[in-house]
Amino acid sequence: MTTVDRPSYKVIGTRPIRPDGVEKVTGQAQYGADIRPPGLVYGRIVRSPHAHARILSIDTSEAEAMPGVLAVVTSRDLPTAADKVEELGETAVNLRELSENILAHDKALYHGHAVAAVAATSSQIAAEAVTRVKVTYEVLPPVLDVRDAMRPDAPLLNENRHTKAMDGSLSEKPSNIASVVQFKGGDVEAAFAAADHVLEREYSTSMVHQGYIEPHNSTANWNSDGTLTIWTSTQGSFVVRAQVAQVLKLPVSRVRVIPMEIGGGFGGKIPIYLDPVAALLSKKSGRPVQITMNRTEVFQASGPTSGTHIKVKAGIKDGKLTAVQATLSYEAGAYPGSPVGAGCMCMISPYNVENFDLTGYDVVVNKPKTSAYRAPGAPAASFAIESLLDELVKRTGSDPLEFRLSNSSRENTTMVTGVPFPRIGAEETVRAALDSPHYKSPMEGPNRGRGVASGFWFNAGLQSSVAVSVNPDGTVNLIQGSIDIGGTRASLSMQLAETLGIGYDDIRATVVDTDSVGHNDVTGGSRTTFASGLAVHEAGLDIQRQMVQRASALLNVPEDNLEYVGAEVRSKSDPSKRISFTEIASKSGQTGGPIVGKASLSARGVGAAFGTHIADVEVDPGTGKVTVLRYTAVQDVGTAIHPAYVEGQIHGGVAQGVGWAINEEYYYDEQGHLLNSSFLDYRMPTTLDLPMIETVLVEVPNPGHPYGVRGVGEVPIVPPLAAIANAVADATGHRFTVLPLSPRRIVEELYGL
Amino acid sequence: MENFDYVAPRSLAEAYATLGNGRSSLMLAGGTDVIVQLREGRKRCDQLIDLKHIPDLMTFQVNSDGSLEIGAAAPLATLYENAEIARRFPAIVDAATIIGGTQIQSRASLGGNLCNASPAADSSPALMALGARLVIGSSSGTREIAVEDFFVGPGRSALQPGELLVKIVVPALRENAGAFYHRFIPRNEMDIAVASAGVLLELDGSGQITRARVALGAVGPTPIMVPAAAQAVTGKAANADTFALAGAAAAEAATPITDMRGSIAQRKHLASVLTVRAFEGALARIKGDS
Ligand SMILES: Cc1cc2nc3c(=O)[nH]c(=O)nc-3n(C[C@H](O)[C@H](O)[C@H](O)COP(=O)(O)OP(=O)(O)OC[C@H]3O[C@@H](n4cnc5c(N)ncnc54)[C@H](O)[C@@H]3O)c2cc1C
Repeated sequence: MTTVDRPSYKVIGTRPIRPDGVEKVTGQAQYGADIRPPGLVYGRIVRSPHAHARILSIDTSEAEAMPGVLAVVTSRDLPTAADKVEELGETAVNLRELSENILAHDKALYHGHAVAAVAATSSQIAAEAVTRVKVTYEVLPPVLDVRDAMRPDAPLLNENRHTKAMDGSLSEKPSNIASVVQFKGGDVEAAFAAADHVLEREYSTSMVHQGYIEPHNSTANWNSDGTLTIWTSTQGSFVVRAQVAQVLKLPVSRVRVIPMEIGGGFGGKIPIYLDPVAALLSKKSGRPVQITMNRTEVFQASGPTSGTHIKVKAGIKDGKLTAVQATLSYEAGAYPGSPVGAGCMCMISPYNVENFDLTGYDVVVNKPKTSAYRAPGAPAASFAIESLLDELVKRTGSDPLEFRLSNSSRENTTMVTGVPFPRIGAEETVRAALDSPHYKSPMEGPNRGRGVASGFWFNAGLQSSVAVSVNPDGTVNLIQGSIDIGGTRASLSMQLAETLGIGYDDIRATVVDTDSVGHNDVTGGSRTTFASGLAVHEAGLDIQRQMVQRASALLNVPEDNLEYVGAEVRSKSDPSKRISFTEIASKSGQTGGPIVGKASLSARGVGAAFGTHIADVEVDPGTGKVTVLRYTAVQDVGTAIHPAYVEGQIHGGVAQGVGWAINEEYYYDEQGHLLNSSFLDYRMPTTLDLPMIETVLVEVPNPGHPYGVRGVGEVPIVPPLAAIANAVADATGHRFTVLPLSPRRIVEELYGL
Repeated sequence: MENFDYVAPRSLAEAYATLGNGRSSLMLAGGTDVIVQLREGRKRCDQLIDLKHIPDLMTFQVNSDGSLEIGAAAPLATLYENAEIARRFPAIVDAATIIGGTQIQSRASLGGNLCNASPAADSSPALMALGARLVIGSSSGTREIAVEDFFVGPGRSALQPGELLVKIVVPALRENAGAFYHRFIPRNEMDIAVASAGVLLELDGSGQITRARVALGAVGPTPIMVPAAAQAVTGKAANADTFALAGAAAAEAATPITDMRGSIAQRKHLASVLTVRAFEGALARIKGDS
């Protein structure tokens, strides 16, 4: 671990046990599918067998007549939502489209699109009832690939959709291209003309899924007083509440969302799918209704990330990257909203490039509506530019990391948006990669190769609200509304312990429901340890102030002569006059009642994250199988609050990135049926497919956070795609430009099969 | 999943009687295929007949002539944990140790793997290369067929209503003979063979190939024997050039499909690569290298 200017902390940087650990390893933790409110019945979704079809009629009578069936709902039961865009933190949704995605209105737009739902007294009856809902479809030709969808004669998903330009104007003709974004600076043409080396290539990636272990679930009870309670697995209970309230046209205060433990999300558990349906079924049946997706439903009808096609051209002069021009086309899925804008903004962020011209197309296709997935938009863009640079830099004869070092973004380098970077650790990661034992080791043996790649992710700020109550025995309860996915109960408790000078074990953190704390945005954008951490720090300062007030009364010393140091308050002029945190707490009843600190904020001062990765692979020349031999991920993590969880985030991001690079892809037939909707055939890496992932934590503290925190969870998925592809190119002598680098693709390309 | 009856006969005679009671039946050996299929509604039955309480089906033995008899429902783990099987029939171990993980292997059987009749089943090409024969029983007696004649189509075997697979008989390997089975999967676990190859190789004292058997999995509606590959090598020296001839014949004989697990071109290519490598593996075993 490299440490830059790190203050000495007591708790930060240690590796205590997570508060939710024991419950999870003993199976006591309550996930959404575990809860059983009295009278619970089971819901199930009727899904479209077609990728693109007009819904002519839905006959629910036979299903409704089945004994044990209590309710059937279709889109007719949904209030029509307004055509309004709602910001959800990492993603924004149009409410009408959200409502259509939850239950198709007049058209089914992908294989597995929900068209109706049933509730029954047993899951078996519900499964049978689903087959008795008779839907008549007029099957339409599907469009499955982003380039096909962009053709002027492509079948249209929505005849009323026109391409929206950056100035808000709409195209004359309807199109599957929902919007275009562009980022321009300098003069690319002049720079290409002056460059020593110019190269242009096209790259493609497949639609991939986050692959969280826990399927989506929702349990809803439409209470007799007209309020609605929802138990669900989500990255943001307040965002569920907002979406459900809007889709069902309810006042927000009438909806209570109880977030259950979550078995992974990675961006995929921000939108809602089941919650309003369970709510409507509950309203109709008068019973609490639970719906859980099976794995096939998760693959077919949750929110994977975009398949992409990217054309990119770059020029180098005197070892400097002088110009990049790119066209990025991203599949949005059935409704607009791919992360192509973020792809454009992240693509060249590791580099100081004067001339650029980046255009992004958000394109609808007959596949599930994409959702966020770890650094949404960045991995595919990074795959394209980092592959191209690898090839281009080889032509200049320089070392790929030395090239990255001399072209690295630094403090005040402007992003393509024109915004300058604050203090960042981009070049520090490259330097640490150059210095790593891995990079210094020789790459030997036949069919083996090494690749490197860098990546960037913004990280998010957004809103957080926490409350902290001090108990009479000096222990503390931390009430958080941010969902804990990656260990934030621990990382927030540690920041609070550091602020208050008390022990980590004296703090108990709990994630509470939407009635019990102020609004919190999603756990996404790598924001929680940073932004909720800021709130926790402020709440800690609030407690410090109150402690000083109480101590003033207890010590009979004026407040301005008191200071909070460690876990005590003492007189500045006479340090022998002091009182401990615990003592003040025990006497709070006599000094004004319970001590409760709180903080609510819209976080500013986000610190961007950079990573540089090194991959060694071996490619079996007979079978085309890529084995990752060694992998090192270097990342600027700001301050590693809990280093083990930071390393865990990096391991997870790399594992997913390696899967994306090597085997993962949505595999459709020509009619648009998803054929590999299981973990057997959607080939995520298993533990046997990965080496130990070495991590190098570079700590360049974020000046925008009292403890220097930067988000760490997303950027580690950005470099692996190109790092692996570059290693495979090195091993085989053949440049692959289409992901995944599956054994099939490798042998077909290598042998021209 | 629909309801069905669970029946646990204690003898083959009882099992045959149950099979003949006019109700539709499925067998429960390890259950690692059938339970999944019932749950997912891909198969249905009136009665599920548990074979694990029939002693004849749960045992195995090496006969005095060196041949091996395996009860159809004997768990895979009991086979590969047996030192004699491991020594005499390593190609069976090749297959048995890659069917699922430890939990699956502690339950799953060769009989279930064969009767499920997946073209990608791992034991089929291994047993076909070894020249194994199957003993099929019913209330009217037993009959015997070669493994390669057992598969009729994807998921369909030569078993007739009222019949059970009783045992698998594997002939002893001769002097200077070796067999090897392997498959290709994109990951290192949790995958079904994209293609697979089993080979039996017999040499004379001078290292000439006197006999070979080549079987392929996952490259057609059933696993297939490739006599052309065997012919291509017979009478020749056991070396890379010779094995390449078998590989070419294997690719030629393969009639695969393109699906999410692999393409026609990839599978034909793999048929060749895997056949060559299976020969190399068998040769190494003869030489005692592995
Ligand atoms: C996680 C997992 C991983 C797996 N991995 C592999 C793998 O790598 N390779 C592979 O080949 N397979 C694999 N399988 C499939 C399965 O485990 C094997 O096919 C196994 O050998 C089946 O044996 P069984 O005893 O469990 O069969 P069962 O499920 O009990 O039976 C299978 C079928 O055969 C019939 N049957 C069984 N015994 C008889 C008999 N004596 N007479 C007549 N009919 C009979 C049954 O009616 C049923 O239709 C896997 C399965 C799982 C769940």
